[in-house]
Amino acid sequence: MPRPRRILGVVARQMFLYRRSVSRLLDLFYWPTMDLLLWGFLTLYLERGALHLPRFVSFFLGALILWHILYRSQLAVSVSFLEDIWSRNLLNVLVAPITLTEYLLGLVVISLIKVGLAFGIMTTLSVLFYGFNLLKLGAVLFPLVVNLLALGWAIGFVTIGFIFRFGQEAEILAWALIFVFLPLSAVFYPVEVLPVWLKPFSLLTPSAHVFEGMREVITRGTLPWKHLLLAGLLNLVYLSLGLAFLKRQYQYARRMGLIPKIGE
Amino acid sequence: MEEVLRVRNLVKEFEGKRVLSGISFNLHRGEFLGIIGPNGAGKTTLLNCLLGLVTPSQGEIRFFGLDLATHRTEILARLNFASNYVGLPLSLTVMENLLVYGLLYGVRNIKSRAERLLKLLGLWEMHREKTRHLSSGQMMRLCLAKALINDPEILLLDEPTAGLDPEMAERVRRLIKEYQKERGLAVIFTSHNLYEMEDLSDRVILLHEGRILAEGPPEVLCRRFGAEDLEEVFFRALAEAEGA
Repeated sequence: MPRPRRILGVVARQMFLYRRSVSRLLDLFYWPTMDLLLWGFLTLYLERGALHLPRFVSFFLGALILWHILYRSQLAVSVSFLEDIWSRNLLNVLVAPITLTEYLLGLVVISLIKVGLAFGIMTTLSVLFYGFNLLKLGAVLFPLVVNLLALGWAIGFVTIGFIFRFGQEAEILAWALIFVFLPLSAVFYPVEVLPVWLKPFSLLTPSAHVFEGMREVITRGTLPWKHLLLAGLLNLVYLSLGLAFLKRQYQYARRMGLIPKIGE
Repeated sequence: MEEVLRVRNLVKEFEGKRVLSGISFNLHRGEFLGIIGPNGAGKTTLLNCLLGLVTPSQGEIRFFGLDLATHRTEILARLNFASNYVGLPLSLTVMENLLVYGLLYGVRNIKSRAERLLKLLGLWEMHREKTRHLSSGQMMRLCLAKALINDPEILLLDEPTAGLDPEMAERVRRLIKEYQKERGLAVIFTSHNLYEMEDLSDRVILLHEGRILAEGPPEVLCRRFGAEDLEEVFFRALAEAEGA
């Protein structure tokens, strides 16, 4: 059974860090704000000005906010792990009596806090500047968000697995790996615009079903049951594979003596 | 004395290269065990195996009668570790670092425990300071405070005085020795400083190319090798091994 105090230790380490780091706090708010302002005004222009695209603001800003949930959840998991490497602290954590599961649960809690803050600021700004309130999607927003969080965690676990295997060289994946999912997830356009050969790959990503589901709610006002079910099932597979990959790489790193060398 | 650690036939190979070869030894409660050896002798790999950071290729490690392979978390709760090469988050204050590790080690009354340790190690005045403002000597004492936060039964120290000036190194040595005597702590200590090894250790293991070349109390080793001190033992034992 995971022990809450040890999970709290992982969370407290990050909370103390953020409380004292202006640059990290700025990073938490800066990019969501900038993205929302830049793309928000562009979509406003396209909807009301040049192209007269109905509901374009809803589609685009809804997608942008949900994309940030996915992006930030995986980034929070990977970067929190990297913080321990950058501070030469990882060995101290790994020789503490905390299981890998407890450590990962700690990272997941941190990602919930960080995503919650980014979601809060983006939702507020989109209401203030564009009159678009994502919360109006209602209860269906909850499973959409949970599915994006779960995919973000799975990608974060894979990133940590790569770092265990290849050391700090692999840290770039914390920022890069998620973008493999951007075109496939059909974030800003429907899956149907993708080339025929690419569609099956897209439909194998949980996020494509989340964004298709979001558009279905906005256009038809119906609950996207099929998409939610598929996203949930796919996420179970992604999370299981992500965790299995991470555990395998961790065991490999222990066998090969790689852990003490991470960060050197 | 009660046995707290038993290592038997420990072997570690990395891609066919043997770095530890048939290592066997015991550690008893209250005992101070020094591990010495030239660079590449396997000291750090041995410590990493004992901490569960490296999985042995063969052999057995039992702490408190429990197998490390199957009871790692339970065992780690009763150990701790400090190294001059492993840091603590610099952006956190001295006290915050101890609070975090208190939580990770499941310590009760963390604040009062941390306060007592910081006072003992002469760091209480700095408890609100960011860790980045500490000198290397203060940083090592903070690492020691972290290593004592769970009141461990066994302490593993990897070159804790490396890089410290002689006065600070002596202060750290005294702190470790006094605490060890007071609490009946078992300590495994690696160092290249043979003077401090002789001064601190009840027993010394000399590693060379992954094997135990000699083992025993410093005075016994000096007699066996007809040496004045541990440094002479070190060179004679290595010369003997290379001659053989």
